[in-house]
Amino acid sequence: MKQTVMHPQQNTSPTGVAYIAKAISGFFSLLTGMGVTIAYFLNPKKIVTQQYPENRDSLEMMTRFRGHLSLILDEKGSHRCTACGICEKACPNGTITVLTTKDITGRKILGRYIYRLSQCTLCNLCVESCPYAAIKMGRDFELATYDREQLTFILNPEEVKQS
Amino acid sequence: MTMMNLQPQNDFSPEDNIIPEGFRSVSCDQETSEEYYLNMGPQHPSTHGVLRLVLKLNGENVLEVVPHLGYVHRGLEKVAENQTYLQNIHLTDRLDYLSSHINNLGYCMAMEQALEIGVPERGEYIRVMLSELQRIQSHLLWWGVSGMDLGAVTTFLYGFKERELITDIFEELCGARLTMNFFRPGGSFADVPDTFIGRVKNVIEVMKPALDEYNRLLSGNIIFLERTRNIGILSRENALSYGCSGAVLRASGVSYDVRKNDCYSIYDRFEFDVPTRTTGDCFDRYSLKMEEMAQSLRILEQAVQSFPEGPHRSKEKAAYKLPKGSYYSQVETARGLLGTYIVAEGGAKPYRVKFRSPSFSNLSILNELSVGHKIADIVTILATLDFVVPDLDR
Amino acid sequence: MNTLPTDSLYPVHNAIGNMVRAFFPESALVINSLLTIISLLLLVALLPVFLIWLERKVAAHFQARLGPMRVGYHGLLQSTADGLKLMFKEILKPEGADTFVFFLAPILPASATFLVMTILPFDHPLQVADPAGGVIYVIGISGLSILGILLAGWASNNKYSLLGAMRSGAQMVSFEISLALIMLVIVMVTGTASLREIVLSQQGTVIDWWIFKLPVLGIIGFLMYMISSTAELNRAPFDISEAESELTGGFATEYSGISFAMFFFAEFVNMFVSAGLAATFFLGGFLAPQFGIAVLDPLLNLIPGFIWFFAKTFFVIFLYMWFRWTFPRLRVDQLMYLEWKMLLPANLLLLMLAGIFMAMGWIL
Repeated sequence: MKQTVMHPQQNTSPTGVAYIAKAISGFFSLLTGMGVTIAYFLNPKKIVTQQYPENRDSLEMMTRFRGHLSLILDEKGSHRCTACGICEKACPNGTITVLTTKDITGRKILGRYIYRLSQCTLCNLCVESCPYAAIKMGRDFELATYDREQLTFILNPEEVKQS
Repeated sequence: MTMMNLQPQNDFSPEDNIIPEGFRSVSCDQETSEEYYLNMGPQHPSTHGVLRLVLKLNGENVLEVVPHLGYVHRGLEKVAENQTYLQNIHLTDRLDYLSSHINNLGYCMAMEQALEIGVPERGEYIRVMLSELQRIQSHLLWWGVSGMDLGAVTTFLYGFKERELITDIFEELCGARLTMNFFRPGGSFADVPDTFIGRVKNVIEVMKPALDEYNRLLSGNIIFLERTRNIGILSRENALSYGCSGAVLRASGVSYDVRKNDCYSIYDRFEFDVPTRTTGDCFDRYSLKMEEMAQSLRILEQAVQSFPEGPHRSKEKAAYKLPKGSYYSQVETARGLLGTYIVAEGGAKPYRVKFRSPSFSNLSILNELSVGHKIADIVTILATLDFVVPDLDR
Repeated sequence: MNTLPTDSLYPVHNAIGNMVRAFFPESALVINSLLTIISLLLLVALLPVFLIWLERKVAAHFQARLGPMRVGYHGLLQSTADGLKLMFKEILKPEGADTFVFFLAPILPASATFLVMTILPFDHPLQVADPAGGVIYVIGISGLSILGILLAGWASNNKYSLLGAMRSGAQMVSFEISLALIMLVIVMVTGTASLREIVLSQQGTVIDWWIFKLPVLGIIGFLMYMISSTAELNRAPFDISEAESELTGGFATEYSGISFAMFFFAEFVNMFVSAGLAATFFLGGFLAPQFGIAVLDPLLNLIPGFIWFFAKTFFVIFLYMWFRWTFPRLRVDQLMYLEWKMLLPANLLLLMLAGIFMAMGWIL
């Protein structure tokens, strides 16, 4: 069985004057392209890249940047979370676990706010769903660690320590 | 031996190469044959991610191409059945990650259709503007990457240079640069920041000379023209029968753009053309995409001028429960038609979600386009088909 | 205009050599040979380190970036660091590879570049050897690097490598012809095949360089030399043998560690050699540019010849880099079309016209 190989790209190449015209116009098209790149080469002001770790001090993330989750704390260091668990339900990935405890009066309050960054897609749904505006997405972005265990955070460590 | 014999030849010993699965034609049994199989991917620079192609070659000439998918299959459609409607929006980011705003929009429109939610004027404008910014952003990345596939590495950096301005807009807007999760049924989760219009104006201003520069650098280059003209010609009939959409379809002479022909959002208020080409080769697909960027800029210009004040979102609901029934919406992503089909049973979670992704249909013509070309042309064809692998596998 | 002496052709005399001869008349031959070998080895070892840094910097600035900035001043030591890393990396050999050929292959291009370096005229007395058939020697030796690439592709037991090697073989064999033909034009008009004599034939003002001396033909010849030598060097837009977006790494796919570094180093030294030859043939080699201006010319003459040689060479190298970071890559059949249907006929025409120009005395 012989298989025939088609050559669709074997189009007829130009001959005569067209051939020379093509060679010359092609040559000038190459020069145009070279003109574009040399303009960048000769103008260092056009450089757009940043030297990242060196410019850490001046690097500012946008205000709405979605980094890892954190509780909003006021000046006294207290948060507004009522441990209602709406954020836990809103999360698509089971990133958040809100463990409740009871204070002296028997009212349900926040025990531990467990946040697993390793599962988080940073989708912002928890922040949106929170009726008390108690949580926010942080502006840190250097979140890599060597160990997956380090990606599980307790967002209210002060209170956990006290109890 | 007939062409119908699909069985692998049994006279090979196990050590010999056997025909990889998926090939339609049997391999040549002549002693003098120089056919061989080449595995391109899943780790290959020009398959953009983890697409695997198995090529049957004769020297440099391609006899058959079989794409093997599934290397980033995450079962998004199944995952969507176990999450609430609102949570599913962030899954659509991960279909075609270069069109996440538009994907969000498609899903939200299906929900709005079910719940009969309207969108305020400003919300619609935000949607259109972000969709067009996203389209330009995606096309810029495509331009850079396709230049790199053809060997012009510099285009990659130039494309990213302007793309960065647009991703900055997205970052300021919703805090993310790639997976936005921004649109919600009835609008979006936040209003645009005050600097938004200024930044969009800046993009328009920068993009016009940039497009001209791109054309001087690459589009007119004789080597580029020789590499793309008459390569991978897709006929009008094939484009239609394989269900192609987007630039791949329009380059073959079919003027179909969801924004124009099945208008959604407020695209009917803007003046823009749907560019088409006739040959359907790689250069047509390329030049068409370049013109699409100019058209998107036109829409943005008009939108910036009449950007209204007012609420960005209609009244939010505590929980979104779609009434029983099935809902379909379609949008034009940067790659073509994205269809979202939701079957609801009345609960908080969908019964079934189906995405009709443009990349999948566009890739299915790969074999038709590549046969008879050289290995290098496969790279050109892949570049102009412009697929995103997570969109193929979902 | 002071003309340089042409009497002492071989062995080449220079200050250091003469000093050694004066002090150790008995063993001068051995010491001088050792000195040349060491200095050439140093040059071959240091040039690629600098050229890789330069390539990365130039590429970065063409692409609106800064390039390496961390190791040393503006990343000057970056390629040294990379070279050290490559040296300490494990050398992997794929299963089924032909061990002897696999490890022989990277040595061939490296030694070929070393051999060509011996006859480059860096300065008037600064040249290791100046054989009468220097041009023929260059053409002969550069075939060795093709052999290395072909062997590498064959021995790797990898389809991508084999494809890359076959492409490279076809490409180099064909472009060798036009390269030789262009050199032949220069050999014809100068009447000598010795590289030093070719340079010395360009004495006078800038107009006397072969790029201008042959009206129009010189510039066309220079352009054609640039095209065919870029192809000969396997550099973009003719880098089809390692076409990273098609063949991942081409012939070097399976190489790692120091054997990869050998290919890489050879590629860059080759670029220097090729640019040096362009400077020798067309740009007056080590001669200082003279513009016929009484004040300027003696000042330019004060700068030693090897600096002019390096300046001209690096100018040509910059052109190579400029090509590489601007153009897309050609396809394999287009490359053959370019050579056999465009460059070769044009070359023959050029040769014929140059002959006519010579015969009619239409030389500036």
